[in-house]
Amino acid sequence: MFEAVAFYLFAFLTITMFYIAVTTSQALYALSSLAAGMIFISAFFFILGADFLGAVQIVVYSGAVMALYAFGMMFFDTTRDVKEKQGNKAIILGLSILSAILLIVIVSAPIVGNNIEALYPVGNAGNVQEVGKVLFTKYLVPFEVAAVMLLVAMVAGIVLAGKKMDLSLTLMTEAEILMMKEEDKNKKVLS
Amino acid sequence: MEIGLNHYLVLSTILFAIGLVGVMRRKNLLMLFFATEILLNSVNISFAAISHYYGDLTGQMFAFFVIAIAASEVAVGLGLLIVWHKKHNNIDLDNMSTMRG
Repeated sequence: MFEAVAFYLFAFLTITMFYIAVTTSQALYALSSLAAGMIFISAFFFILGADFLGAVQIVVYSGAVMALYAFGMMFFDTTRDVKEKQGNKAIILGLSILSAILLIVIVSAPIVGNNIEALYPVGNAGNVQEVGKVLFTKYLVPFEVAAVMLLVAMVAGIVLAGKKMDLSLTLMTEAEILMMKEEDKNKKVLS
Repeated sequence: MEIGLNHYLVLSTILFAIGLVGVMRRKNLLMLFFATEILLNSVNISFAAISHYYGDLTGQMFAFFVIAIAASEVAVGLGLLIVWHKKHNNIDLDNMSTMRG
């Protein structure tokens, strides 16, 4: 009973929030409703017993991703209304049919997969402990690859968003570095 | 009333459809990123639900990797977006149809 009430409440809230995020013409409304939707989604993870996943969802999405988006919005002009494109009717029709077929396949998937056996069954210990066991034994290599991917993404983000990233201080001579500093000073005086 | 696996899958499909509509109708690239976040999150819900109802932890593992991919996508995408905005002073999708550099 409690599960049903929680499910329907949070389903309604997430669908509403994501609908607002997709349809509104104000960029700030879209950002805040997306953040709210992310937090409501973590409620499903807690209902499903995936406690660690729910905590990660809150930390990563509303902590890191939303902070990045908020930082990005300071760069762009978000005060004017977002213009929508007039879509091609044939493409929209085709994609709608495709998503309808997808819906049928997804809903009928549990019927086909009735005789699936659990590869890594859920044990008696807490969720975090079980996740840690599986993640650091069977999924150790994908975990390390994901770590390298995050490192690459971090370096890429710094290089792309930083200033004067095409220059390398280690490859320049002392005189060039001094000249660059002089130029910076002159620019500041001029501006 | 019992909440089964199908409830979660239907919810995930509805959220996925909302994200797909967002991808189709948004012109601003930042709004397009929001729509992709919705897509990834809807898939995460179905992963967690399947993991719960089959008593298998693999679904949760995949959800973790999806979250990691979403985070790195945001970092790189936003960096590229800032570079584009410095150069062209807008982030409309229609202006990006050619690769003149």
